[in-house]
Amino acid sequence: MTASRARPFSDGRLATAALFLPPALVLFSLFVVMPIGEAAWYSGFNWNGFGAPRNWVGLENYRQVIDSRAFGLAFRNNLLIIAVSLLIQLPLALTLALMLAERFRGSVALRMLFFMPYVLAETATGLIFSFVYDGDYGLLAAVYRLFGAEAPHLLASPQTSMLAVLIVIVWKYFGFHMMLFIAALQGMDKSLLEAARIDGASRWQSLRYIVIPLLKPTIKLSVFFAIIGSLQLFDLVMPLTRGGPADSSNTLVTYLYNFGILRMRVGFGSAIGVILFLVCVTFAFTYKRWVLRDE
Amino acid sequence: MSEARAQQPAFDPAVLYKGLFLAAVAVFVATPLIATLLGGFKSLGELRSNPFGLPVEWEWRNYADILASKRYWQLLGNSVVISTLTVILSLIVSSMAAFVFAHIKFFGREWLLSYLTLGLLFPAATAILPLFIKVRDLGLLDTYMGVVLPQVAFSLAMSVLLLRRFFKDIPEELMEAALIDGCSYINFFRYVTLPLSRPILATVGTIAFVHSWNAYLVPLVMLNTDARYPWPLGIMVYQGEYSAEWHLILAFITLTLLPTILLFLFAQKHIVAGLTAGAVKG
Repeated sequence: MTASRARPFSDGRLATAALFLPPALVLFSLFVVMPIGEAAWYSGFNWNGFGAPRNWVGLENYRQVIDSRAFGLAFRNNLLIIAVSLLIQLPLALTLALMLAERFRGSVALRMLFFMPYVLAETATGLIFSFVYDGDYGLLAAVYRLFGAEAPHLLASPQTSMLAVLIVIVWKYFGFHMMLFIAALQGMDKSLLEAARIDGASRWQSLRYIVIPLLKPTIKLSVFFAIIGSLQLFDLVMPLTRGGPADSSNTLVTYLYNFGILRMRVGFGSAIGVILFLVCVTFAFTYKRWVLRDE
Repeated sequence: MSEARAQQPAFDPAVLYKGLFLAAVAVFVATPLIATLLGGFKSLGELRSNPFGLPVEWEWRNYADILASKRYWQLLGNSVVISTLTVILSLIVSSMAAFVFAHIKFFGREWLLSYLTLGLLFPAATAILPLFIKVRDLGLLDTYMGVVLPQVAFSLAMSVLLLRRFFKDIPEELMEAALIDGCSYINFFRYVTLPLSRPILATVGTIAFVHSWNAYLVPLVMLNTDARYPWPLGIMVYQGEYSAEWHLILAFITLTLLPTILLFLFAQKHIVAGLTAGAVKG
């Protein structure tokens, strides 16, 4: 504030702000904020997107969404993805990070290999795995044939489709979380570990009582990304199953796409969008307030 | 490692387990990728009988035909145009806004910044239908800009936060001195801030580029002419057309992934640093 004494308004401060801010604010308002408000408005109509919305139905769209079996399944699948991210992907990423944080021959190459799936497009990843799972030509089928067994069509059965999707999710995203942990481990103060070693702490003890507590902020962050990522999962599911068969592998966003966009049911799709928005915002605020509050 | 070995010349099972575990994960990650690359060199019959091994007969034609097709280059060309426009526009728009948020105090600044950071809280998918209607009403449906502008808008929150944090570290004295010497804010931005901020501009550009290059949902909803599709849409169409001819599909996937993989190998440090920094500092 001391600086402002030397700078009267005529020095171009306001002119700069008036020139530099509007592009960002206009783009953001037009394409991010207004659509959310409009989604709330449209969700009260039965509307196919042409002409003006006229057929006001109140909360009927929400009732239909909540009552639909596919929505329940999609919601369950999102919870399943979160569970697998937390119980399998995160421990895997942490274990690998602990192994690869120290440099040894090949450690950097392995890090890069494990991170690579994260950089590849979700659609390409989905297609690669629809080949892997293909009951006739796929890699999995070949393994089954090797043992003389009939190959399952994982993606074609409602019982196994979600399992197949979950495996791809772990394959694609664990490397990202591993890199977050490696970055944190490398920034860690080594003197604590050294002191513990001199005091005779075992590897397990220093891991349990020093490394993991120091990693806590990163673990919280990783959990945050796993959950937000799961809520917006779409691209990966489309090439694998399109949410099927029989809606068994929909996520909230593929559900929105299949039932709102493909059928041009703007009101219904907007209601799904608003629900998704509320879930994301509630989660983000609660998490920031209760879990990230120390940072 | 060598130190540990010197102390314990005896066999250490922990090292063995660690090695086995790493090898198992490496096989899990690499097998689908290698099988995809090699699958493109096989005939359909061989793909079925020998999906893992090297091709007995290398079918160079699968790859050659795709490389000679207009379709492949058109998809990549569309992606290059869309991603490049997205990166350039996001860098311009977000660095201008971040400069104001970092250096110019005015009433309502904090409020406006919080407004922008709302964008971090929810994905583009939540409002995709109204977004579609907005883009349609603006007459941008089925144009590159109809994809670029929403992508820029959704990347703004993260970009502005990352840039602002960096801009704020530029010493205040530098700015004072420049202003006293009669340099305007705009010239300071142009000739001091931007040149000093190359690393963070590269980071923000990388994030925007990778997201735009791989994006599927927004182009899927906004574009409806095959000739304008970026490659993530193009491979889905290709797969739909050649449904069971996996050898061709695998060759096509490999070739469309090639730019990503080359870029990753050449700029891995920047890409890893960029994508993780975006996550941690955003």
